[in-house]
This record gives sequence, C-alpha cells and structure tokens, in this order.
Amino acid sequence: MIATIATIGTVLLEPLEFEFFQRGLFVATAASALCGLIGVFVVLRSMSYIGHGLSHAVFGGAAASTVLGVSYFVGAGVWAVLAALLIGRVSTRSPVGADAAIGVVTTASFAIGLAIQSRNGSVSSALDTVLFGNVLAVFGRDVLAVLVVGACVTVFVAAFRRELTFATFDPDVARTSGIPVARLDALLMVALSATVIVSARVIGALLIAAMLVLPAGTARLLTNSIGRMLWLAPLLGALFGFGGMYASWYAEVPSGAMITLVGTVVFGAAYLGVDAARRRAVAGLDDHAVPA
Amino acid sequence: MVTSAPLFVFEHVGCGYGAATVVDDVRFAVDSGDFVGIVGPSGSGKTTVLKALLGIIRPRYGVIRRREGLRVGYVPQVETIDWTFPVTVFDVVALTVRHGRFRRLPTSDIDRIRGIIDAVGLDGLHDRHISELSGGQQQRVFLARALAQEPDLLVLDEPASGVDVATRHELLHLLADLHHDGMTIVLTTHDINGLAAHLPRLICFNRTVVADGPPDEVLHPYVLERTYGAPMDVLHHGGMPVVLEHRGHGPHVARDRSA
Repeated sequence: MIATIATIGTVLLEPLEFEFFQRGLFVATAASALCGLIGVFVVLRSMSYIGHGLSHAVFGGAAASTVLGVSYFVGAGVWAVLAALLIGRVSTRSPVGADAAIGVVTTASFAIGLAIQSRNGSVSSALDTVLFGNVLAVFGRDVLAVLVVGACVTVFVAAFRRELTFATFDPDVARTSGIPVARLDALLMVALSATVIVSARVIGALLIAAMLVLPAGTARLLTNSIGRMLWLAPLLGALFGFGGMYASWYAEVPSGAMITLVGTVVFGAAYLGVDAARRRAVAGLDDHAVPA
Repeated sequence: MVTSAPLFVFEHVGCGYGAATVVDDVRFAVDSGDFVGIVGPSGSGKTTVLKALLGIIRPRYGVIRRREGLRVGYVPQVETIDWTFPVTVFDVVALTVRHGRFRRLPTSDIDRIRGIIDAVGLDGLHDRHISELSGGQQQRVFLARALAQEPDLLVLDEPASGVDVATRHELLHLLADLHHDGMTIVLTTHDINGLAAHLPRLICFNRTVVADGPPDEVLHPYVLERTYGAPMDVLHHGGMPVVLEHRGHGPHVARDRSA
C-alpha cells in the first residue's frame, strides 16, 4: 500500500521538477476548466460548430501576428473579432445561412494561416504550437492570460447565470421578460473567443473544439440540472487537463492530443454507464438509475 | 362615467417575415377581465399576432398600444420547447424571478415559486426533470412560469395542441378558475369544439380578423368558411355550438377499385 502511494507520488512529482511542466500543467488545467465552463453553453445552445470555427480563425490571427511581430494575444484577438463581424455580415446580408458563413470565413482564415506558414518557414514551429498545442511554448504571459480570462468568464457566468440560462432555454420569452438577450449572446461570443485564444497554445487550435464539448457533454450525461453542470463541467475539464498533461509527459505525445483523449475516454465511459443504467431502468430493475 | 383603458389595442397592424406578409390590417382590442380565443387554421398568422403583442416581432405598419406597465405572462407552444434541456420544474419557474447577483434565491421567493407550482396542480413534481412530465403537466409548468411573473395578461399559444381530451378539460377548468379570479386571458387555438366554443369571446382569424364576438354570434357557417376556407355546418347541442365539416361538398378521393 505504502509502496503504491510512493509510486503514485513519484509519477506525479517527477515531471514537476521542470518549470516548463509546472507552467504547462497549470495552464492546461485552468484552460480546460475554462473550456468546460463556457462549454456548458456551447453544448446547450448547439454552438459547437462556432467553437470549431473560432479555433480555426484564431490560427490565421496567430500566423499574421507572428509575421507582423505583434503579440499573439493581440493578433489572435483582433482576428477573432474581425472573423465574428464578417460571419455576422455574410449570414445576415446574404441568403447564405450562419453555418455556411462560419464555414467560409473560418476556413478561409485557416487557409491564410497555412499560406503564411508555408511562405515563412522560420515561423512554422510557433504556428505548430497554435495548431497542436505545445507545453514547451507555455510562458508566464500564458499563465497570466488564462488567469485573467478565467476570472472574467467565471464572474460573468456567476453574475448572469439566471439570464444566460433563460436566454439559452427560451430566448423569445427571456426577451419579453426584459433580459437583454442580444447583448448576452454577444458577451458569450466574446467569452468564447477569449477562451479559445488563451487555450490554443497548450491544447491546440485543432483540438479546442473537443474540449469545448467533452467536459460539458460528459456533465450533461451525468446530470439533468444546469446548476450541477456549471460546476461539474469545469471540474471534469480540470481533470482532463491535469490527467492529459501527465499522460502527455509519459507517453511523449503532444499535450492537446492527450488532454482530448483523456476527455474522450471519460466521456465514453459516462456514455456507456448512463446507457447501461437507462437500460436497467427500462427493464424495471432500477427505477432511479437515470441521471439525478 | 370612468372607463378603464383596454389592456392592449391592435390598430391596422401588419406583420411578416422576410418578403412575406403574414397578417394584414389586424384590428381588435382586449379589455381587463376578457377571456379571448383567437381561432383559425394552421398558418393563419395566430402565433404572429401573439409575437407582435409580446414585442418579439415588430409590426410593419400600424400600431399596437399596450397599457403602460402591462405585465404579460406567455405560455409558448409545447412543441417549441427543448424538453432535453437540463432543468427541473422548479428551475423553469425560478428562471423568471429576479434576485441579487451572486446570491441564492431568497427563501420568500422559493416559497412563492413552490406555492405557484402547487396551485397549478404540480405538487410533488418540483424536482422532476421536464422531460419526465406528461403532456398536461408540461403545459402546466409553463403556465406556472407565466403566473410567477404576476401578469396582468396571460397569453397562451395553442395550449390544447397535442393533449388528450381529459387534459384539455383540466386545462380549460384551470384557465376558467384564473379568469374567475380576475385574470385576463388570450389564447390561440385551431380546436373549435374542444376549446374555442367554451370561451366567452372568439376572434376568428385568417391573416386578419374575420369576426369578433361571443361563440353564438361568430360560429356561423359564413364566418367559418371565410376563416377555414372550407364549408362548415354549425349545430347546437346542449346550448353549445358544435362545428362540423360540411360533407356535401369538398374534394372526394375516388376509391381505387383495381386493387
């Protein structure tokens, strides 16, 4: 028993001897928790395609900022805002629907990123970091960025929990009840963009869409209450980020891939567990086995 | 003599979506204490009228005058609700209640919400997920949500749609009790015999107001044909008008004798 605890202790402590891993572990855990929190609304509003699109758009911004020599956060932030405005314009002023507008704008943005990457070989490693996530590329400013965005998004969700829930569940009635639905939707998009930007360097732009869905989707399988989802999804996200970082260390696989795989395994287990419980309930063996 | 102003008035209102005009030159008023059913076929623009009244869509022309400070409780069609959304009966009603940011719902509000849920006949189901309710119970959750807003006017969109006869009767009794207690109610329905004929005032509607008055006056073959676009007969049974599809005319489907 003592030997097992000692082994687990060694497994957990060994990578922490390296400062870059400490930073990476913190940012991965916090960013994944943040993705879990904002992911609750992404899942309940069926917005995962927007999350997917935004992460691709951010890649174009990252590429432009590398070439222009400006901060990644400035480049990706401005690019995300421009992409969102363009999506809005294309979807409202043409017969093209919002999903097609997202597809056009964000893949074009991604293509610009790829073009810049191929023309500037020297910056390709920095862009690979944004694409796939790289724990070695996490610096003090990433820690600060995830802390600031995490605090702002948590305060926003806690302060407007009732309004966000109402606007997600029944926007028409929420509007007639005096809730500024359009303004809340815009703020949610800002929160989602900021989450994608601060998470891209550790999870990877290509895999953020998964983290916006996996913790919240797993939480949704486990509970029928949005109140419980709002603490369970960030907790699951943090666990995926934490576990994924250690898995990445020992398997020598990029951090974003392992975080996503840990999340996928837990989601799969929850899905199979809930499905089995439901079948037992249907068979009359256990009337209360469905989610609480 | 002092007369109170109507709760709301539609003055020559037209509304639509995109290029299509859905309702045209709509004119009617609802006074405090009215119990009004807007009847018409599917696609006649009944829900559009309600959305314009609620301010969800804006009229293209005309004016909707609402009494200052009018509070409206809205019960949407159950078909428009996402029944998989992770909320309980209590949560749905509590969503409408404002309270301090970063604070839990005060005990007084919790008690009030529980009282409203009990009053619509959902006692014992407070913590039930909305997907685990029957059709009638689902309708009542949204009635409770509307009542929690302490409305002057209750608006229901197709409350009888998709519910069985017993549930429709229960709903009608519940609404009659609320009306008896002073609530003004406006609802839409395409169910003439099951619901509309029991109400004190009907507005027959098809893109515009065809007729407005008590069921005895407006449930007339001429009005119904203009409303539904098909000939209909009206009989009287136990003092109530009963509307029947006219069998003398209309399309016939020839029996395939070759089969």
